[in-house]
Amino acid sequence: MQTDRVEQAMRAGQRLHRIPGGLRLQHNKSVSCELPVAKAALPPRLYVPLPGPIGVGVGLLVKPGQRVRKGDPIARSDPGAGGWVHAPTSGTVDSVVSHPVSHPSGREGPCVVIEPDGLDGWTDLHPLDDWRLADPGELRRVISEAGIVGLGGAVFPTGVKVAEASERGIHTLILNGAECEPYISCDQMLMREQPASIVLGARILQRAVGARRTIIAIEDQMDAVRHALEGALREAAAADIEIVTVAAVYPQGGEKQLVQALTGLEVPGGGRPTDLGLLCQNVATATAVARAVAEGKPLVERIVTVTGNGVRRPRNLLAPVGAPIASLIDQCGGYEPNAARLVLGGPMMGYPLATDSSPVIKAANCILVLTADDIRPPQPEMPCIRCGECARVCPALLLPQQIAWTVRNGLWDEAIDFGLSDCIECGCCDFVCPSHIPLVDWFRHGKLELRLRAAERRRADIARERFEAREARLARIKRERGERMAEKKRVLADEGARQEKIAAAVERARSRNRGKDAT
Amino acid sequence: MLIAVLCFTLLGVLFGLGLGWAARRFRVDSDPVVDRIDALLPQTQCGQCNYPGCRPYAEAIAAGEAQINQCPPGGEAGIRALADLLGVEPLPLNPDNGEEQPRTVAVIDESICIGCTLCIQACPVDAIVGASKQMHTVIEEECTGCDLCLPPCPVDCIAMVVAGPPIEAPAWPRPAGLTGMTGPAPPFAQDPGTR
Repeated sequence: MQTDRVEQAMRAGQRLHRIPGGLRLQHNKSVSCELPVAKAALPPRLYVPLPGPIGVGVGLLVKPGQRVRKGDPIARSDPGAGGWVHAPTSGTVDSVVSHPVSHPSGREGPCVVIEPDGLDGWTDLHPLDDWRLADPGELRRVISEAGIVGLGGAVFPTGVKVAEASERGIHTLILNGAECEPYISCDQMLMREQPASIVLGARILQRAVGARRTIIAIEDQMDAVRHALEGALREAAAADIEIVTVAAVYPQGGEKQLVQALTGLEVPGGGRPTDLGLLCQNVATATAVARAVAEGKPLVERIVTVTGNGVRRPRNLLAPVGAPIASLIDQCGGYEPNAARLVLGGPMMGYPLATDSSPVIKAANCILVLTADDIRPPQPEMPCIRCGECARVCPALLLPQQIAWTVRNGLWDEAIDFGLSDCIECGCCDFVCPSHIPLVDWFRHGKLELRLRAAERRRADIARERFEAREARLARIKRERGERMAEKKRVLADEGARQEKIAAAVERARSRNRGKDAT
Repeated sequence: MLIAVLCFTLLGVLFGLGLGWAARRFRVDSDPVVDRIDALLPQTQCGQCNYPGCRPYAEAIAAGEAQINQCPPGGEAGIRALADLLGVEPLPLNPDNGEEQPRTVAVIDESICIGCTLCIQACPVDAIVGASKQMHTVIEEECTGCDLCLPPCPVDCIAMVVAGPPIEAPAWPRPAGLTGMTGPAPPFAQDPGTR
């Protein structure tokens, strides 16, 4: 069965398949594609977020006042938590402050403040001599140390993903250029302007995980992209890379949905595309890999779409990580007077930001400014009428109304049974719900609750283990003390017996002597 | 008649042997009910239930000697889970055992600590490190917040502080009920019109 599935996965892209559910949405992309990608002007201060509090798994490598050059490592953490953090430009480290970190909660987190010197000078770069000859393990190490994460929005560390993929064995690399969410056009602009770097990234990734071929998946409305990529493929004479066009259905650009569209296979619940021998990477991630390996440059900047009706001149900007969002908006002509909401990400999966002083993060593919007219007026939530629309549009074939009900009532086991963890939070169900039930909010809340409960369980397990280990140790100490006491008593008793024996022998000798004396 | 009696006797002997063998072969050492109860307890090992740890309490519940409402750290949710497992009605938490409180961790004021090691001996999960006449400290990750280190401390240098929630915790609050508005939408911090 499993081999059948892998064989079918090997034919990925030969025939397109339908994904269940999904929505055809208005794209709203062309508005930000009119101007070429520009380099964002350096703001007076950059706020580079750290993966967590300093000391707890995060080590700070710079001191306030220290000069850094672009690409110098400034902090490191677990590879699973994001790995290395690099200086996004050259300048002086000012301080480490608590600053809003573009998180859905609006919370503050530690950020390294860098004052750019305006030169934007790279540190000494050490690219690999020739990646074609490099050991795949070496390629994976470079990818991991360049701080590359999935740039499609999930920011899963690419080093970890690639290492896991090469262990599992990969036959096909899928580069995801199917940017299905409305408004977002950063991947599209990247593919149009730098197709060669994507092809290079594809070949490096292919070597790093041992894949035999690559599919670059794009949407059927991206003619310019297709043209650019075909040109780059011809130039690179890459026969093992092909371009596949998929329908522009939201959320076909989701990892699991794209795999399903290309192979007709569903990624099993809780599984990953690697189970089928497929590795899915965003096209921007491939570019980052190409930069890291061929030029030695770590990931410190990304293309961000600044768009929406609330911005004067929507466009794509190549922005350094840590640049305050306000500085990007300024460069796009500022806000329209009727701007009402700032969203990080697209209109379906993005989340509202409380302040535009939040920095650009590696996950920031789009900064969307909505006007009052774009926002649905908040509607009172009505009871579920069981119309089934949410189940019809769910691309993961779940029953959203049922899951929301279990989460609302705290029936966590049932929520897991109904597949809460397989929800990709695409927001289709929310969009169509006639009762305006905030389904995705419930799912996010439910998933968080499940994570917290799992963490609680883990804590309890550790505490139980430590308690039992302590009990065992105390019991052992008690037993050993008892044994020692018994041993001492025995020795003492032996001592008494020995003394008696000696006394008896002495007595015998004496009596013999007395006998001798007598004779 | 005789054949029938013999047949059934033979079958009885065979089944008896089979069952006897199975009982030895698939023997379960510990009581699975105790394990399942123990798995639901918070493993704080605080002793507020009047038993010297979570497992003894689990054993007492399994033996019918203890009620399910004696565990304050587990709280209402824990009682409900136990009630579900054992098929009994949930009871309100017994106030004699204590009140449900947010999870805490012990913090030693290291400038006051005299290094007496009494708290180390009291800690049920070995979460305090230190040596005689050396400063002690609590391994925050391992501390269950059981309060057992407080009474033995001769200089009262240990404080219980509420453990911070995990970083992502406040991100997705429980949505408002049926009367609420849809979705969280923090307002714009800066008035865009003034820019």
